[in-house]
Amino acid sequence: MTRHTDDGDGKDANGANGTDGERGGVSEPSTGPGVPETGRDEQPSIFVPDDGSGGEAAATDGGVESATGGSDSAELDPGAYDPVDVFPGGDLDLREGADSCYKCTSCDTSCPVAEVDDEFPGPKFQGPEQWRLKRKDDHDIDESITSCSNCMRCDDACPSSVPLSQMHNEARGQFVEAQMEKLSVEYVRNRILANYRTSARLASMFPRTASFAMNFGPVRWAMEKTLGIPKERDFPEFATETFREWWKARGGAQVESSDKRVAYFHGCYSNYNTPEVGKAMVRVYEHFGYEVMVPPQKCSGTPMFANGMLKDARRHAETNVENMVEAIGEGADVIASCTSCSLSLRQEYPELFDIHGIEDLSEHTYEALEYLRIHEDLEGELAGTKLADEQSFAYHAPCHARNQGLSRQAVETFRDVDNVTMEDVGDSCSGISGTYGWKEEKYEKSMKIGEEMFEHMEDAEGDVGMTECPTCAMQMEHGTGYEIKHPLQLLEETVAA
Amino acid sequence: MAIDSDVLVVGGGLAAITAAISASREGADVRLVSHKASTLRQASGLIDALGYVPATEPAKPLREGPPTAGRELDRDEWPDPEGPLADPFEGIDRLPETHPYRVVGADALREGLDLFDELAGDAYRGGHTDRNALVPTFGGTVKPTARYPAAAEAGLASDDRPALIVGFRSLTEYDARAFAGRLEAAGVPFDVAGVEVEFAEAFRADAKVTRLAKALDHDEAIDGVPAREALAKAVGPHLHDVIDEAGGVDRVERVGFPAFLGDDRGDEVRAELADRLGADVFEIPMGPPSLPGLRLEDRLFDALDAEGVKFETGNPVVGIETETDGRVETVAVDRKGRETPYGADAFVLATGGLVGKGLDSDREGVREPVLDLHVEQPDDRYEWFVDDAFGDQPYARFGVRPDERGRPLDGDGGAQYANVFAAGGVVGGADAAREKSASGVSLATGLVAGRQAATEATQ
Repeated sequence: MTRHTDDGDGKDANGANGTDGERGGVSEPSTGPGVPETGRDEQPSIFVPDDGSGGEAAATDGGVESATGGSDSAELDPGAYDPVDVFPGGDLDLREGADSCYKCTSCDTSCPVAEVDDEFPGPKFQGPEQWRLKRKDDHDIDESITSCSNCMRCDDACPSSVPLSQMHNEARGQFVEAQMEKLSVEYVRNRILANYRTSARLASMFPRTASFAMNFGPVRWAMEKTLGIPKERDFPEFATETFREWWKARGGAQVESSDKRVAYFHGCYSNYNTPEVGKAMVRVYEHFGYEVMVPPQKCSGTPMFANGMLKDARRHAETNVENMVEAIGEGADVIASCTSCSLSLRQEYPELFDIHGIEDLSEHTYEALEYLRIHEDLEGELAGTKLADEQSFAYHAPCHARNQGLSRQAVETFRDVDNVTMEDVGDSCSGISGTYGWKEEKYEKSMKIGEEMFEHMEDAEGDVGMTECPTCAMQMEHGTGYEIKHPLQLLEETVAA
Repeated sequence: MAIDSDVLVVGGGLAAITAAISASREGADVRLVSHKASTLRQASGLIDALGYVPATEPAKPLREGPPTAGRELDRDEWPDPEGPLADPFEGIDRLPETHPYRVVGADALREGLDLFDELAGDAYRGGHTDRNALVPTFGGTVKPTARYPAAAEAGLASDDRPALIVGFRSLTEYDARAFAGRLEAAGVPFDVAGVEVEFAEAFRADAKVTRLAKALDHDEAIDGVPAREALAKAVGPHLHDVIDEAGGVDRVERVGFPAFLGDDRGDEVRAELADRLGADVFEIPMGPPSLPGLRLEDRLFDALDAEGVKFETGNPVVGIETETDGRVETVAVDRKGRETPYGADAFVLATGGLVGKGLDSDREGVREPVLDLHVEQPDDRYEWFVDDAFGDQPYARFGVRPDERGRPLDGDGGAQYANVFAAGGVVGGADAAREKSASGVSLATGLVAGRQAATEATQ
């Protein structure tokens, strides 16, 4: 059963070097093994990577181009698309979305950045308005797009279903690609932050040294001065044993099942920093009789989207789609424990990339607790259970959970467990938004956004925080000093202990 | 396996929340699913019940033939609506028989308002009487409304104390001087003046109201001066700007601001400003984006939480998944392209009207898109509307037509599904914009739909 113990790190080296061995399989028009259904992924996407087809593809706009001459679009039928061709220049046509905006400004009032920074023109400008402006060839993307934290709350607020975050991702990618100085400190710093997986992989080779060095005063002073990484932030500790190392050492799956299978998308953080979350996932799912698969995988792309590094994100996506789709072909659904990873695979992937099988991955991806709530009688399982020691939790719903309709699931799931009090600390944003709060120039804004959450956490009864998102957890810990847990860990303690 | 509850409420506005809480209080296990963040954030925050009874018959017979959009010279003539009504309950009998108030009964409105009073607590006023209050809104009109935020209390038009209205050049949608002029023209019983002051100029011209509210909430320093102090200092020199009819100058006793005086700490902000100015401070409800709407949304969702109702936003209900014997068993929720079944013993549809997208229309007709419920409408599209924009527009009353239990009727007059109930804007029969009845209809129909759904589910 090689799939249980597949060592992703071998392939990682390829990815990190930028030589993508898997690319060939992607442009292959015939359905590969493990792709359950065909045809539905063949729709234009925004981003066409530079696959050697020339400078034009460097621009992130390229949907129509993708429909007529992109890397994997040879047999696409132009008749299948809405022929709205008012504006010059090839584009994924987001005009319908732009036209759906009736300027109610709900997006602006939901924007946590606009609330603390009046220099930020808000999602209505960044989305539909800028989309129209940049129909003109000579119009640059406004630099303020880099102040968008990609929390995607505007998507949730818009009563007209304008694809705001898709527009932001597109504009940000275009800005970084075409207008950002590639040798600037900001670009280099953002690239490093976006490619957290690369640094984390290196650091976890020498976890103790890395954990020390990354938080060593003089090193941090130098990092702030040279890279613009705020010295106030504590770098997360690197685990001495990564999740994948643990998985390998335990001999992979301990439950086998042909009809209950899940492929775990652990993401970078559960692997390198909080393997206890990944272990909880495995133990809980095995408790419910699932065979857990851990396919090779790279970054979900979340930090890359937020930094406009769409090429990096696409490269990683190709690996993820290939391996996850293979698992889907073997009967698995894909489970993420990080709500940003699950959102990326479900929403941003099909919105931004045109990779064979990407729609199948989107349709088969779930967040870990969500999946159990749909497929198991979790309520019945938890009824009458009791946590050994009484504990109150201050729960913060990550913005990206909100967008998937998952913002209340932890509170609801544990409501009836004895000795557990779960208090929702409100709908404010934690302010860190992944890599956003890791930038010197954004640090203060990030803390100001988070202020409301910190206050509500302090007001809450519990002194242990809870959230699904690893960077929200960082911010919660940074602002309050609380220990922060993942709902899976509590589920492990209540049902799988 | 479906995600199950006794009652599933579809929608996130006032009607949905009222239905969810009403059902929960009848002992049902309730889940609320809202496609997007609540539309309450677009609402003024005023809770109206019935302000006017508009004429349903024209003053002279309508011209034969289709409307001409004003191209013909023989215009429609419609009598002015009756009102403003001093007492909303007193006008209910004069509404058309198919009006939701007539269908579910005046008591439903009364109980709905009682429930709202309980949920809103000290954040709202008006519950001490059946009578309407007259609240100035930012268009310079005076709106008859049953309940209003405590923040608007000092601004009531029935109050005869002289008032100063404050505006900011950078808030382009709100012109304090024009506003004061229109109030005067409307014949309010007090002296009023509008003034534009320097405060919001410290912010970028298109700063969001949430930014200004946050700055006041946290009393952030504006050019070195704490925001609340800076605002009071800007207003201070104008406290004697109001001149009465005789030419006398009185110090104003109340000062009105556009509704951005803080979010979480609005009471604190108003109290500090009042203290510094030596005058009562009030907010003038604005159009969207609306802080009073956002505050109400927060309060009502907290109430849902306290009531034990499960709720989620972010994914739409897209249709019926299974039904048997005239009952809906599960509906499909679209979770990012994948449909997940949600099961319940009874369902409440509170998805809003044409603006809220609970009703959809094209050249072929008007539809209820979630459960495909019957929507009564003329076959001929030209009969959807009349020439006079302010006339009795048939489209304004489009929607599902419920029985007295709140169950939408099919084309033959029977309940379309035995276990589906409807509330709020999706219910037709009211001309909410002309009547000023949107909130009251949501409360009355929400209360009935919620209770009946709970009864249906738990019997």
